[in-house]
Amino acid sequence: MSATGPRSVSADHPELDPRVAPPFPAAALPVLRNAQLRKNVAHATDVIQGKRNRLVAEKTDWTQLRDAASALRAHTLEHLGEYLGQFEERCTAAGGVVHWAADGDEARAIILQILREEKAAEVIKIKTMTSAEIQLNPFLREHGIAAHETDLAEIILQLGGGEPSHVVVPALHVNRAQVREIFARTMGLPKLSDDPQELTAAARSYLRKMFMTVPTAISGANYLIAETGGVAIVESEGNGRMCLTLPRTMITLAGIEKVIPRFRDLEVMLQVLARSATGERMNPYTSLWTGVTAGDGPQRFHVVLLDNGRSAMLRREVERQTLKCIRCGACMNTCPVYRQTGGHAYGSVYPGPIGAILTPQLQKLEHAQTLPYASSLCGACYDVCPVKINIPEVLIDLRAQVTDKERESERRFFDPIYLGMRVANWVFASGARFRLAQSAARVGLWAFTRKDGWIHSLPGLGGRWTMTRDLRGLPKQTFREWWQKERGR
Amino acid sequence: MRASLFITCYNDTLFPETGRAVVRLLDRLGVQVEFRPAQTCCGQMHANTGFRGEAFSQAKRFVKLYADAEAVVIPSSSCVAMIRDQYPGLISELGNNPLMREFDTLLPRVYELSEFLIDKLGVEDVGAYFPHRVTYHASCHGLRALHLGERPFRLLKHVRGLELASLDNLDRCCGFGGTFSVKNAEVSSAMMTTKLQDVLATQAEFCTALDNSCLMHLGGALHREFAAMRTIHMAEILASTEEALA
Repeated sequence: MSATGPRSVSADHPELDPRVAPPFPAAALPVLRNAQLRKNVAHATDVIQGKRNRLVAEKTDWTQLRDAASALRAHTLEHLGEYLGQFEERCTAAGGVVHWAADGDEARAIILQILREEKAAEVIKIKTMTSAEIQLNPFLREHGIAAHETDLAEIILQLGGGEPSHVVVPALHVNRAQVREIFARTMGLPKLSDDPQELTAAARSYLRKMFMTVPTAISGANYLIAETGGVAIVESEGNGRMCLTLPRTMITLAGIEKVIPRFRDLEVMLQVLARSATGERMNPYTSLWTGVTAGDGPQRFHVVLLDNGRSAMLRREVERQTLKCIRCGACMNTCPVYRQTGGHAYGSVYPGPIGAILTPQLQKLEHAQTLPYASSLCGACYDVCPVKINIPEVLIDLRAQVTDKERESERRFFDPIYLGMRVANWVFASGARFRLAQSAARVGLWAFTRKDGWIHSLPGLGGRWTMTRDLRGLPKQTFREWWQKERGR
Repeated sequence: MRASLFITCYNDTLFPETGRAVVRLLDRLGVQVEFRPAQTCCGQMHANTGFRGEAFSQAKRFVKLYADAEAVVIPSSSCVAMIRDQYPGLISELGNNPLMREFDTLLPRVYELSEFLIDKLGVEDVGAYFPHRVTYHASCHGLRALHLGERPFRLLKHVRGLELASLDNLDRCCGFGGTFSVKNAEVSSAMMTTKLQDVLATQAEFCTALDNSCLMHLGGALHREFAAMRTIHMAEILASTEEALA
């Protein structure tokens, strides 16, 4: 895909299926060696975060707005069954058809069934992370249906054979020159320049044909409104608006957590979303539709409500807050880990801090157990989250779940971290033991300490530290020894 | 005023000079310092690595050990954050109500060093002298968990001779993150390199902080690179005087 950057197979073709993706530290390696990709990610996150910070700073009631958004999401989750029932009833009354899918398999089967009834060989798509979550496009391809993305970033990835690396800006890791190369090659436009206007014009004529000829569309949902049975999506480009205007059939795939109680709740949710996601006071296009309306827009409308692990998350007190997420991506833009690695290292369509807590829960812990550790727990994500998800708290809780599970396996008994943690616990149980351990550590590290008093190289796990940093050797006297000598009794 | 110093396990072992500086500083401010040798660790390492049972044992020890202390002073913001943010969850998870009550009465008496100086003692000018160019690194826990805000700067502002160099991207993590620095050593190093670009751009002689964990990370890299800068805990700057430089 990359015409300018160094070729790296795994960086260019990451595996975003947590069941087979490599562990985070291994997946991060090729990215860290890809200077072009890191520059693209750092630049893009800087720009978005800068805009977001300016727009949040100008909002004098941001704290109240954030509190309100957080309370609204928490309240909805407390009464999720009730609001979903209400949504189903109102949506059905307005002419929509509501389907319930317990997992990805069911959702894919339902969507395929609808497409078969429509006799669809092609389908156009509004950007939806949920469809990526259930790997819908490859599934449809296997069944002879071509899914065409219409979001500009998704087109870049689809044509270039890439994978999304961000929930709001999926092609954030691709720069303008790379977009030009992809379009020139796949659209047969060898003279195309990297001028943004030319690039969007190329995408426009590519898209126009789709909009005019493909009568079936798939969307996600930013919000499902229980009170009206309506759906809301927000976007920047207008492709969603086109998909909602021309096709005769619309299928909306949405996670069950996307519901909000009342129409007026959009007042709060749209304000926090636009500012957090793209650093805009208001997103350019907000589309709302309720069931079907004669003579206006799609005449057949289906909603597929996807569980896929969500109700299990709802049952856990600490983890439940994960479902408050409105997919704004602000946590990614601010995350110092994401800013180094971009999204692909997370091996999931949901990267960054929210992905590190969401993916392990959606995919059963064992498929994504390095993700809760892919964080320095710096807390920047919690600070910017417009619905106040305490991501570090959830990360720590998930780490405890991983540990609880792993420590039962014998293989882990002599793992240096597990061994070390058990020994440390025994040592920390008494001041006298701790004192002895300090002396033992001094003896143990003596051989590694150079004449300048520093350790430049350690074996085993310690070598992971000395790979890039020195370590000062242990001082001759611990603090407690000094205290005992100078101040004791 | 009596204060009990919880030095923390890694300061005790790796950075005793920080503890000695806290004692010298508090002595000078007329605080009676005590040290309870039964103290060990706050449990942060266990908790953040997923060992909750073990972390609870350390939490319980801490609460019991300082039940009768007038004030507990801790020269490490991440350990204070552990106590404030994680102890309640650990204790309530085990449904230990009597311990929770003990913890609730102890918590208001637990202070990070700069909080103790400014909030409890009400001093900003501690009479320090440190004739060097210094930059301040805000550790993530100090910044976002404890909300130390302007406190460190107010203390540094009154240090005679000290020239404060402001650090760009103050809110960005140095990449240490405890076991993160070895489990994800490569990503941690990449974060450190980014941080060091800002730190070195200050042209300061010293990089200071209220957390020796970040300083061990940054200092280890500065030493590896033969950089013209070293790290120093803020307690050592505040303890320095014309008579006795750190």
